[in-house]
Amino acid sequence: MTAADSRFAPYVGRESAPVVLDVERGHIRRFAEAVGDTNPIYVDEAAARAAGHPRIPAPPTFAIALRANDPRGGIDIDWRKLLHGEQEFVFTRPLYAGDRLTIVGRIAAADVKETKSGIMDVMVLETVATDGDGTRVFTARSTVLVRR
Amino acid sequence: MSQRQPIRSIAEVRVGDLLPSLEKAPITTTQLVQYAGASGDFNRIHYDEPFAKEGGFPSVIAHGMLSMAFFGQLVADWAGGPAHVARLATRFKAVTLPGDRITVGGEVVARDEAAGTVELKLVAKKPDGTVTLEGSATVRL
Repeated sequence: MTAADSRFAPYVGRESAPVVLDVERGHIRRFAEAVGDTNPIYVDEAAARAAGHPRIPAPPTFAIALRANDPRGGIDIDWRKLLHGEQEFVFTRPLYAGDRLTIVGRIAAADVKETKSGIMDVMVLETVATDGDGTRVFTARSTVLVRR
Repeated sequence: MSQRQPIRSIAEVRVGDLLPSLEKAPITTTQLVQYAGASGDFNRIHYDEPFAKEGGFPSVIAHGMLSMAFFGQLVADWAGGPAHVARLATRFKAVTLPGDRITVGGEVVARDEAAGTVELKLVAKKPDGTVTLEGSATVRL
């Protein structure tokens, strides 16, 4: 089987409508609490400034919380059969409370894999965040696998 | 807050250096609900026990991204904060369940003094040695 046999192949290139999201300090705090990261720079403005940040920064993987409109709309996916295989973030700079970002999601690639547990359809989702100056702040790539 | 002293400059870094490992508190189902809310990942497999069992899992399973956040914490603490993290990547290897105690560690695998970057190899493990995540990071120093 080749990439063209992937159930997701017809959807490659599909892009979601942009969404504008504000990075909020309460959201950063809840995220840091959930992951058990007690660094005070994520909750205390004075600690953030003392560490050289202009405002409260977000932990690196907070980027995942800035969700694009889902470019997978209308694709039949059984969420119990979906596995998150890989994840990558590339950062130009950290995210800061007060940032206003435009987020676009895209189905970047599709593939199919024959594994011990059967045939898996693979999809790479790419999320790009751009700030008001048009600068790309981060790119996130998620590889998800769905068991047939 | 981590009491570890972060790395200040690339001159202090050698290939083969180990990052001080970070042992996280056992994963709780409350934490999975917190993480679902904070991250916006509402896949029921992370908080709805019957749904998870229908999917063939012994219980709800932790978000892989929760463990990836532990990598983020490890690397940011070591490097002197999130501004030094240029890239973070992972491959999810095994499922993490409530009650699991995850320890993350890392090693310097390359350094480029001219570029001011360091490459790290990362691993997340359960106490029995099961590798749950393998990762890598690029740090700007």
